Amino acid sequence: MEIDDQGGWFDTLHSDEPEKWQDALLWLKNSVIGNNKQKQNAINHGIIPRLLQWLVDGDAPQHLRLEAAIIMGSMAKGTAENINTLVEEGCVSVLLKGLKSPDQAFVESCLRCLRTIFLHNSNCGSLIYQEPSIVEDLVEIMPRSVCTQECVANILASSCKEPEHQSKLCECGLIPKLVDLLAGKVYKVQMPVLKCLAGIVRENGENCVVALTAMHNNVPLPDMLVQLMLRDRTSEMQIVAAKVLAYLCGGGALAPQDPRIISKTLPCLIRMCSRDRTLEENVEGAETLAYLLEQDGELQRVAAVSDHIIKTLAEYLKYTDVQQINRCGKRIDINWGIEMKQAAFKAFAALGANEESIRKQVIETEHLMEYVVVGLNSGNMKVAAAAIRCLHSLSRSVQLLRTTIQDHGVWKPLMKIIQEGPEELLPVASSTLCNLLLEFSPSKECILDCGAISVLVNLAARPEPNLRLNGIWGLMNLTFQVEQKVKTKVVESIGTERLFRLLSDPDANIVMKTLGLLRNLLSNKLHIDHIMGMYGNQIMQAVVFILEGEHPIQVKEQTLCILANVADGDKAKDLIMGNEDMLKKLMNYMQYQPDVSLQIAAVACISNLIWSGEDGACARQAKLSEMGVQTLLQKLLSTTDTVLFEKVRTAVQQFS
Amino acid sequence: MVCQKMAASNESGANESGNSTNSDPDERLKKLYPAVNEEETPIPRAWSAKDKFNYLVLTQNNLRVQYKGAGKTHKDAASVRATHPIPVSCGIYYFEVKIVSKGRDGYMGIGLAAQGVNQNRLPGWDKQSYGYHGDDGNSFCSSGQGEPYGPTFSTGDVVGCCVNLVENTCFYTKNGVNLGIAFTDLPHGLYPTVGLQTPGEVVEANFGQAPFVFDIEDYIREWRMKTRLTIERFPVIDRKGEWQSALQRIVSSYLVHHGYCATAEAFAKSTGQNIDEDIASIKNRQRISKLVLAGRMGEAIEATQQLYPGLLERDSNLLFLLKCRQFIEMVNGSDSEVRGSALRSPRSQHGGSNRSSPSRSPLHHSHRPTQALQHGPHSGNTSPSRTKTHTKSSLASLQPYPSLSSSISSSCSSPTVNSSLLHGNGVTHSNKTNNQSECSNTKTFSEENLNVANMANSSANGVVLNGSDARLIEDIEMMDGVLPESRDHVTNGTSNGSETNGQCLNGSSVMDCRDDDMDVDPPISRRQLCGGSQLAIEKMLQFGRELQSMSIRLKKEHGNNEANRKQLQDAFSLLAYTDPWSSPVGAQLDPVQREPVCAALNSAILESQNLPSQPPLELVISQTAQCMKLMSKAGIATSAFADPSDYLH
Repeated sequence: MEIDDQGGWFDTLHSDEPEKWQDALLWLKNSVIGNNKQKQNAINHGIIPRLLQWLVDGDAPQHLRLEAAIIMGSMAKGTAENINTLVEEGCVSVLLKGLKSPDQAFVESCLRCLRTIFLHNSNCGSLIYQEPSIVEDLVEIMPRSVCTQECVANILASSCKEPEHQSKLCECGLIPKLVDLLAGKVYKVQMPVLKCLAGIVRENGENCVVALTAMHNNVPLPDMLVQLMLRDRTSEMQIVAAKVLAYLCGGGALAPQDPRIISKTLPCLIRMCSRDRTLEENVEGAETLAYLLEQDGELQRVAAVSDHIIKTLAEYLKYTDVQQINRCGKRIDINWGIEMKQAAFKAFAALGANEESIRKQVIETEHLMEYVVVGLNSGNMKVAAAAIRCLHSLSRSVQLLRTTIQDHGVWKPLMKIIQEGPEELLPVASSTLCNLLLEFSPSKECILDCGAISVLVNLAARPEPNLRLNGIWGLMNLTFQVEQKVKTKVVESIGTERLFRLLSDPDANIVMKTLGLLRNLLSNKLHIDHIMGMYGNQIMQAVVFILEGEHPIQVKEQTLCILANVADGDKAKDLIMGNEDMLKKLMNYMQYQPDVSLQIAAVACISNLIWSGEDGACARQAKLSEMGVQTLLQKLLSTTDTVLFEKVRTAVQQFS
Repeated sequence: MVCQKMAASNESGANESGNSTNSDPDERLKKLYPAVNEEETPIPRAWSAKDKFNYLVLTQNNLRVQYKGAGKTHKDAASVRATHPIPVSCGIYYFEVKIVSKGRDGYMGIGLAAQGVNQNRLPGWDKQSYGYHGDDGNSFCSSGQGEPYGPTFSTGDVVGCCVNLVENTCFYTKNGVNLGIAFTDLPHGLYPTVGLQTPGEVVEANFGQAPFVFDIEDYIREWRMKTRLTIERFPVIDRKGEWQSALQRIVSSYLVHHGYCATAEAFAKSTGQNIDEDIASIKNRQRISKLVLAGRMGEAIEATQQLYPGLLERDSNLLFLLKCRQFIEMVNGSDSEVRGSALRSPRSQHGGSNRSSPSRSPLHHSHRPTQALQHGPHSGNTSPSRTKTHTKSSLASLQPYPSLSSSISSSCSSPTVNSSLLHGNGVTHSNKTNNQSECSNTKTFSEENLNVANMANSSANGVVLNGSDARLIEDIEMMDGVLPESRDHVTNGTSNGSETNGQCLNGSSVMDCRDDDMDVDPPISRRQLCGGSQLAIEKMLQFGRELQSMSIRLKKEHGNNEANRKQLQDAFSLLAYTDPWSSPVGAQLDPVQREPVCAALNSAILESQNLPSQPPLELVISQTAQCMKLMSKAGIATSAFADPSDYLH
């Protein structure tokens, strides 16, 4: 074709000769079909804005508008660059407006173009929510023809990212319509419909309930999905059907023990992880499996013995290839080494979440720990995050903490990520750190040397409750039966002010852990006197503050235990004995019938105060006797609770 | 028989699952292993009372095994094998063992062993023996040394063992969970086996007579699909277009053979094929075939004698076959000798078979006679019922030849339902006069269903729906614009339409093809001997006497011929009943039975012209079927999942 000719055609399109436009459009259509060079050429000739003019102009002859829409659809099948140009020129909103046309062929052409754009440009998703009526129109148009079904399902599937999107789509009555389409047997409609369903129910409990009750011909959606997971369906279909079911389970709509989950979805996902599937399916299968398994211990137990899944996942760790794949006609480089590794780590984390025996099996995977350490060091966010999750899951095992985890010095990269790594990894990383700081963990010392205290203290000051919790939790763990200088250092670092602020944290868990920290600090006589000597008044104030406040029983019990610890200190005792108000409180708790645990804690405290043989024991006994404690104890001897009885008897015996 | 069963299963709504809880154990096995010829290779159904160590006691029809030995050391182990080895043609074989009691120590092994392996051992310890043991969960592959394999198993557990004879692998299941591959490179000819070692151990086997805990059907389904894809994706190198022209030759010769004159001509023209036979000859054969299929035997014989003089004289057995059929058609009231008196128009007679082809490969009809007969009475005339008979039975997969004839009642009320029947090929469906009525809830028929329906008629108009969901439906354009609600109607339309096509292709110009043409069987009211005419009955009796004497003459000339004798006896037996149609020999009256006669005559004519008596296409099909049998004998297990009839409709 002569270049000059082309120029002529383009000129015609831009000219004021309407009678020639039709032919020119026809030429353009034929020239760009399947020819990326010509597409680029046309774009260079400024054809996109010209086409958009026709599309916008409702008064333009309909046949020209139709041609324009078809050509637009053709352009969208070009390179990623072409698509970006289309998006930048604003054609999405123009095409969306075109959907209001009564001309079915025109609507379908617009939809085809939109579908292609949405499939390739993930940023377009939110555009359909700009005007409230667009989504309604789309849902309304959807059932009209196979073309509209396929295109709208694809568009909506790529536009369901945020919870607001999910709610909006559900409000439009999309779910039952999707279910009807799913019952049709048209594969190219069923696939986007499944993807759309997956998007709309993902982590959305309300939508899950709607989807669960949706039916077609009295067949509920989950049963239809089970049919789509049959083994002679395509892998693509099986996996996305399994995904929807996994999301329904995750959203609480289906119980993990439902046969459709445990004996259909689970084996389907396990199949997808096997070697005879594509790498893409392996990754998606393992990730979805991880998601599903997090729900339930029984699922984990069944999965762990299914089809050698642990060995299969271990193979994932060995992949190193970077490969091109062809996704929707576009070549994309995918580092399968990374994808496979992170998927395997996630699945391992889920498998070992609850059961020690499974953890043991996982850890026996050859070189797993090396891979985890490499993953932690990899600098790739995805892999590092998954590796930490895996490590976190494994760190719940006492035995592994003492052995494998220690042997591989995983604390080093972990501390590095916490100190220098990205913010997103902090919650799971700090949570893992808490486990590594447990008293039986041999890593504890090294981590302390590495500056753990300041790391945790900083966390405890964070505005995010989960990070505060992890910080204080870590401090609690590391102060358990630790030498005094560490305790002092902790108290100095965190400062009494912040410590007491944490005691009034709105999160009860944080209050509990803070009390736990105090209790750990106040253990063993010497330490008690030392710390109470420095902070006695503040601590007593805090105790009073909690006992008088509105708190759950466990919090009060923990506080009474702290008091009992204080009562164990030689000098610290005086802080209680000198506080009659406090003693009265204790006596009240001794008689607190609704919950025996508070009675036990209070008696333990009294018992410590009157412990015979200690300096000044007689005086304390006399004082408490005088207040009626002894009588009270005698009364409590009639208790039916054996633990309480033991405590009371011990206390009574102290009175000589 | 068949028909009733199918209807019943439809009502129960067992549709696609394939898990129908049919209680007949043999049927269940047949469904699991359809390719197995049990006369050659029986499927194991129990433990062998002979092939076991004497510490074991069998009860419950030899399914339950109990240990009665001393159980002190591993020298007290005892095994039993099943009665037969696993047939290769199972493709995938599966059995389950329930642990009734783990006894003292639960030293139980489940697995596979060749014949002759020492029974005083647990499965897996010796050469050609493989086992999974309950006490440690280890697998034993012909070795005393176990490998860590799966979880342990004990009382109440159900352990399954699946042999994949295609890959020669084995995996186990525990309580329905696939534990993964245990053994590879298994030899063929292994027996299911269990071994026990301590007192009190009791296990019970399920060889497929009862439903399994594990969903083995789903696993088989995957292999069926894999095999299908292997066949469909088999690479054919065809640079010179030889493959294509060979296929075209096959199609062309098929059309010529069966006398689709116009189609053959058109096809030959567009593909550049030569037709070896001249058009006039094809038309002649076509005419004769049509007469036979219409039941007008007298005319057919006459035409043959006229057009191919000497043919029937030379082949007296063929003539006898034709005459026997003529006698049957006289009883039927279809033959021209009796037809005049029955006052039936020739037009309404022609549809002897609904198939668009006058005679197809005989391969197709093995199940039809009984079925069609069953259908006659309750489907004949226009009934005011709202029954829409459109749905393929879920049991169709059981049968080698899918039939479309079972009914499902529709809950939608369509005002007038004019049910007319396409009967000959087992397609029964009603033609709704009210296209608009939206009875979407009746669309329970599967795509496969549509597929079969279409395929049955597609030779002419090329409308083919792909049956399997697992594949992309590529010719989707056809569906575009057709709203799902109207699909059931489309099928009707297609079927009827293709009837038209078929006939036009047959070359006959004036064929009026309305629905009323299709009521092939006379409705009950008209069903009388020889069409109810006394004169015709006398003619028939006279003809019978002539036939008798011909038989005697043939016997004298050529000696005893068992086939001829039986034919005559069967034909005459019709007279012994007041209502021959519903008599035990009534199947002969079915128009479908005209097809083999037609095929035989057609072949004879072709042979007399020095043309092949069988079209290459049919040869290819038979050869393929034979090849499958050979494969199965040769131990190629894939043959279990490929059935040539899957590709024929």
